[in-house]
This record gives sequence, C-alpha cells and structure tokens, in this order.
Amino acid sequence: MTLAVRVFPLPHPLGQALRAAAAALRAEWTKFRTLAEPFWLLAGVVALTVAVGAVAVSGARCSSASCGVDPATVSFTGIYPVQAVAAVVGVLAVGNEYSTGMVKVSLTAMPRRLTWLFAKAAVLTAPVLAASALAVAGAALAGWLILPGHGFTPAHGYPSLTTGTDLRAAVGAALYLTLIALLSLGVAAAVRNSAAAIGLVLGALYLFPITAAVADASNPTLARHLDQIGPLSAGLDVQATIGINSLPLTPWQGLGVVALWTVGALLLGALVLKSRDA
Amino acid sequence: MTTGAATPHRSPLTPQRDSFWYLVHAEWTKFRTVRGWVIAAGATILVITAFAFLAGTIRGGCAVSSGASGAASAAACPAQPTGPGGEPVVDAFYFLHQPLTGNGTITVQLTSLTGQVAIGPGSNGQSQMGPGLQPWSKAGIIIKEDTSQGSAYAAMMVTGSNGVRMQWDYVNDRPGLPGSVSASAPRWLRLVRDGDTITGYDSADGKHWTPVDTVTLTGLTATVQAGLFTAAPSNGNAATTTGEFQHIGLSWPATGWTATNVGGTGPNGVGQPGTFSQSGGVLTVTGGSGDIAPLIGGAGVISVQWELLGTFFGLIPLIVVAAMFITGEYRRGLIRVSLTAAPRRGRLLAAKAIVIAAVGFVVGVVAATLALAVGTPLLRRTGIPVWPVSLLTEARMVVGTGVLLALAGVFALAIAIIVRRSAPAIAAVILVIFVPYLLTVGPLSGGHGREGGGGLMLQVTPVAALAVQQALPKFYQVTGSYSVTSGYYPLAPWAGLAVECAWTAAALALAIFLLRRRDA
Repeated sequence: MTLAVRVFPLPHPLGQALRAAAAALRAEWTKFRTLAEPFWLLAGVVALTVAVGAVAVSGARCSSASCGVDPATVSFTGIYPVQAVAAVVGVLAVGNEYSTGMVKVSLTAMPRRLTWLFAKAAVLTAPVLAASALAVAGAALAGWLILPGHGFTPAHGYPSLTTGTDLRAAVGAALYLTLIALLSLGVAAAVRNSAAAIGLVLGALYLFPITAAVADASNPTLARHLDQIGPLSAGLDVQATIGINSLPLTPWQGLGVVALWTVGALLLGALVLKSRDA
Repeated sequence: MTTGAATPHRSPLTPQRDSFWYLVHAEWTKFRTVRGWVIAAGATILVITAFAFLAGTIRGGCAVSSGASGAASAAACPAQPTGPGGEPVVDAFYFLHQPLTGNGTITVQLTSLTGQVAIGPGSNGQSQMGPGLQPWSKAGIIIKEDTSQGSAYAAMMVTGSNGVRMQWDYVNDRPGLPGSVSASAPRWLRLVRDGDTITGYDSADGKHWTPVDTVTLTGLTATVQAGLFTAAPSNGNAATTTGEFQHIGLSWPATGWTATNVGGTGPNGVGQPGTFSQSGGVLTVTGGSGDIAPLIGGAGVISVQWELLGTFFGLIPLIVVAAMFITGEYRRGLIRVSLTAAPRRGRLLAAKAIVIAAVGFVVGVVAATLALAVGTPLLRRTGIPVWPVSLLTEARMVVGTGVLLALAGVFALAIAIIVRRSAPAIAAVILVIFVPYLLTVGPLSGGHGREGGGGLMLQVTPVAALAVQQALPKFYQVTGSYSVTSGYYPLAPWAGLAVECAWTAAALALAIFLLRRRDA
C-alpha cells in the first residue's frame, strides 16, 4: 500500500478509497458481464419462475370463500426450485475465482480484500435483483391473468390481486432471491470451494422445512421454531398474503431473518478472506 | 498418434493393467487419498446417526393443538393398548358376551347392518347425525380372550362395503362372502373354537358353509369371552353401527349376555356406550364409534423410519463428493490423464460409478445400522408406542438406505459428467431430490396442515426411494390418512428404489453418451 501511495500520490485518503472502490466495481462488473454463464443462469431464473408459476396457477382452484389458498404463494411456487439457481449464481461469483486460480491475480491487483469481496457482492446484487424482479413480475402477471378465472374472485375473499399486500409479497419474493444469491456468495467466500458451498447453502435452505414438516404432526412447537429460523420458510412469510396472523413470523420479520443469514454469511466470508491465505 | 518413420516408444502394458478391476482400484485410490472426500463420507455417517438421537424430539409427541412444549405434550399422551404382536391397537367396541370354557361353536344370522354418521354440526356442540355406514363399519361374532384392550381375538363380521370378513389379532384380515347384508341377502357367520385354533365360516343360507380361515391364537386361555359385537370406525367422529342378529346358536349352555364397552368411554375407548334390545328372536345391537384394528401412523404411533430422517442431511455431503469426484478432474485437467490411461471412456465412467456406489452403499448401511441401533431404545423412552418391526424389515431399511445413497451418488456423478461443473451439477441433483419432497410435505403444499397433493411427486422423482425406509405396514382394513408425514409412502419399498434406479440409469446413459462424444 505504501508503494501504491508513492507511485500514485492522491490528495485525500477518502478519495483514494472511493477511487479504489470504483475501480473494483468496474473490474468486477467486467468479469461478470463478459461471462456467458451468469447470464444464462439468470435467464433460467426468469424462465423457471414464470414457467413453474404458470403451471401452479393453472392447477390452483378456489371453490369456496374459505378455500385458504394463498394466490401469491401459488404464483411464486417457482421460487422453490429457482432459489437453487440463484444460489449457484452467488456461489460461482466467488467460487470461479478459486477454481480457476484467478483469485491470486484479483487479490494481487486489489490487495484490499474486503473491497474486492464487497465489490463482487455489489456487482452481483444489481443483475440478480433485476432478474428476480423480472421473474417475480412475470409469475405475478401469470397469476393475475389466470387466477380470477379459477375462483380467486371477490366473492371468495380475493377482492383484487394487486393490493398493497400483493405488492409486498412480490417485492419480498424478489428481495428474497437476491438475498439468497448474496448468502451464497458469502458462504462461497468462507469455504472457497463451489461444490462445498452449494451443498451448504442448499442444505440450509431445504433441510429446515423438511425437518419442520416431519415434526409438525407430533411437535408443532419445534416445527414453528424451525420455520422461524430456517431461511426458506422465513422467506416464505414475506410472500404470504392470507393468514398473516398465523404465520410463524410477520412478513418483514421473515425477510429480516433471511437478511440476518445473508449478513452472517457475508461477515463470515469477509473474516475468512481477511484472515487466511488466498 | 504420431506419424513418421520413427516408431514411438510404448511401455509394455501388462495384462493386469488392462483389467477393469485395475481401473476400479485406481479410481478408489483417487477417492481415498483426498482427505476432504473421506471426511465428507464420514460426515454422512455421522449426520445420519446423529439424527437418530433427535428422532424422539422431532416425532416423540402426541398430536396437540398448539402451545404445549414437546415434553409436556408427550407426557399428556394417553397410554395405547398393544396387541398380541406388540403393535399399538385400537380396541374399543360394544361387546355382548358370555364365558366359554373349552371348545365351542357360535353361529348367528345377520339380517341388517345400519348406522349413523355425523353429517354436520348440530346444537350443543354435538354433531348432527344421519343414517350412513363407513366402509369398515362392522357387526358380527367374536371370540376374545377377555374384555381387556389388546387381548387376542378372532372374529367373523359383516362390514359396510367390504362384504364378510374374518379378522383376528388386530392386523389380520381375510375376505369372505362379498356383497352387503340385508333381509333378502342375510349372512350366516360361525366361529368354531378348538383349543387355541379358531375357524371362521360364512354362509348365505345357513346350510352350505364355507371356511374362511383357520387361525391359531397362541396361548389362548381355557375360558374366553364369546359373543356379538358392533363397532363404528369413524376417525374420531361420532358414529354408530347397528346389527340385527337372529338364530343365535351356542354349543354351550347359555348364561345370558353381559354387555361391555371394551375400552370404556375414555380417550382410547368408545365414543358413546352401546345398547341392545331383544324382540321376537331378533337381537339388535348398537355400538358407538370405535374399532378393533391396528393403530395407523400419525401422532399416536411412532415409526422407526424417523430414526433415518438424517438421510436427507447425509445425502448432501455424499452428493457433493460424488460430483467433485469427476468435476475435480475437469477442473485440474486430470481428466485428460485419466482418459489417456483408460481410453475406453465408458469403462472409466463405470469404474468411477462403482467406487462411488460402493462408498455410498457402505456409508448408508453403516449409518442406518447405527441409527436404528441407537434410535429405537431412545424412541421407546418417549412413551409413545413404537410400531414393532421385524428383523427382516430392519434389514430392508438398512440395505435400502445403502442402495438409496449408492444410487444418489451415481446419479450425482452422472449429472456432474453431463454438466462438467460442480456447483450447477450439485444444485440440479439436490433440486431433483429435495424439492419434490418439499412440495409434497412443505409449507407450499397447500391444503390442510402440511400434506398436499396425491403424492405424485413421490412416485416419479428419485426421492420415491425413501419408500424403502417405510416401517409402518398399510392396512387395507383400516381407513385413514396414509400420508408421507405419518410414515407412509405411495410406492412399495423396492418400487420406490426402482424409480431412483431408473433416474440414475437414464442419467448414466446420457453421461456415457456425452463422455464418448465430447472432447475431454
């Protein structure tokens, strides 16, 4: 660092940090946009969310006022499989650096490791959020077009599928996918191996609800707690539009739990990156 | 191959080096020398075994509405009667009986089977009742060791829509004459006791008798209770069953009927006390809701299957390792060395598949053995009845878990060859295995509670293989919720495994095709 300062004297340490951050962002963005893989994966996120959502809403029926089917949850069924794709995007953002040895070059060019990591996270956020928003909008549109014809009518207690609650569910779903991608990035930075990282992330996502489902018949208290701490089920709370009072968490609390997982993973990744040899 | 005048040097190839098992050995050496992979295989065993310790916490409570802690709800569970085979049973019915010492025969003619079922909410919290029969509403004759719950018995009965049946010791059921009973189509039933064997007969006319089955109730006491019974299985709803008995013939000096509601009217007893009346040679017997049957899964009985819940968790490290077993070669370029050493690509893949399958099988068998060994005593301590399983069933669960993990490993290997990248391959495999299960039982499954769909997902996706871990038998003669979260899978054990096998075979075929066709 002292060397860099001597070669490129800069007027102010803050300006220097900002320039470094801007350069890091530009470099990471170049890496991201010049790879075909993330583009196709994100295209897959959009296509799969809309396709699964369209199939799910086509099969959904509401025949009475108390049918208890959540139109948003049905429309966003695709989030279940698609979060695995978002996780792959997040894992590969860091995992590729380690698997190709690129990380040595990156860290030589950018010795401030945390700047590098957070530039990666920032660069990942924008396209994933855009793809998620597109995916969720497509799925919501499918639901909005199809569900009223399947009994989701004002007579059955669904006055409109474009209320503030529905908007919250859609925004929450898109934010959820983005948080999962960032969570995966953090885990990949911590374990530095794509395969192990994706195993850990998907384990954390899918194993909590599976255990909760098995426990539900005999130990509902445990099932509820598992639903509160598991990122997947907590993330589903923000996508709910009916039965809000019986959810394990309030919608925004649910998203908050996911955010805590993400922050924890990113901090862990930062800690490992800072303290270990690359 | 080089061209030109000079003959390139080739080291002599020993015949042994050309053998397939040499290749398998080479792949095994690759596997066992990577410390992380061996640790991951060990983690699979550890995780599956560890979950056996948690099975009691996860499944060890009774169905409670909400609020109570797991421990408190377990303490509140009513004690379940168990049958002669140690299985938890429902034994609650209306019994008109008299003692029979030694051998004897009881014969009746049934001319009517009617009932009342709940048809909607009524006043005062009572259900509104209307005429109706459940498929397994029953009335008939029974010889039972005594009137205590869970004692040995054999019975001949007419049912709501399953014809004449002979049932004994709760879990056994044989069909007799088909069709329902009426005044124009009466049913004659007979039970003959000879020592500890009992033979059931049925007849449409009281003259021509057909034996339904002969059963041995080992250790039946000399004096037993023989008589008439009715029961109305109704899954906890209010219901009654009424049978009209005529031509009651006893081979012993009759002593008059004693009426007993077996099980009383407590938590495991009948819904409401039964009644009987006699007029003009017709004995009309009405019994409340109850049954004589095995208790099926759910909260009242624990399946040892839940000791293997860790299989889900153990699959993840195994899938990761299986995928890395090949993607690691692509990443480091080792695949080129491997294919140079073993140019027949199909053989290389087969060797890798054998190594991963062997690892998965051994890991699964060891883990399942440990889990069942430590889990069952712990489950028994919860106080909830554990469904007894035979050694053969346990062996099927253990070997099946080994095969399940072996197939999952090979499936992951094949997908990894197709995708050639570890993260997408692992994500795809986990997706295909876990998401169908979640969509069936998870919060998105819709409907009431956790269960949704017809279990189609568990018939067509690799997770169907979990059926091999099912420990609860299904009973044709008991209507109930045979759901995944109660411990029942839609497919038979080996059929479920066959579905996973088909997925693996398809993936492997595509992998071999691509591996041969593509540049390495």
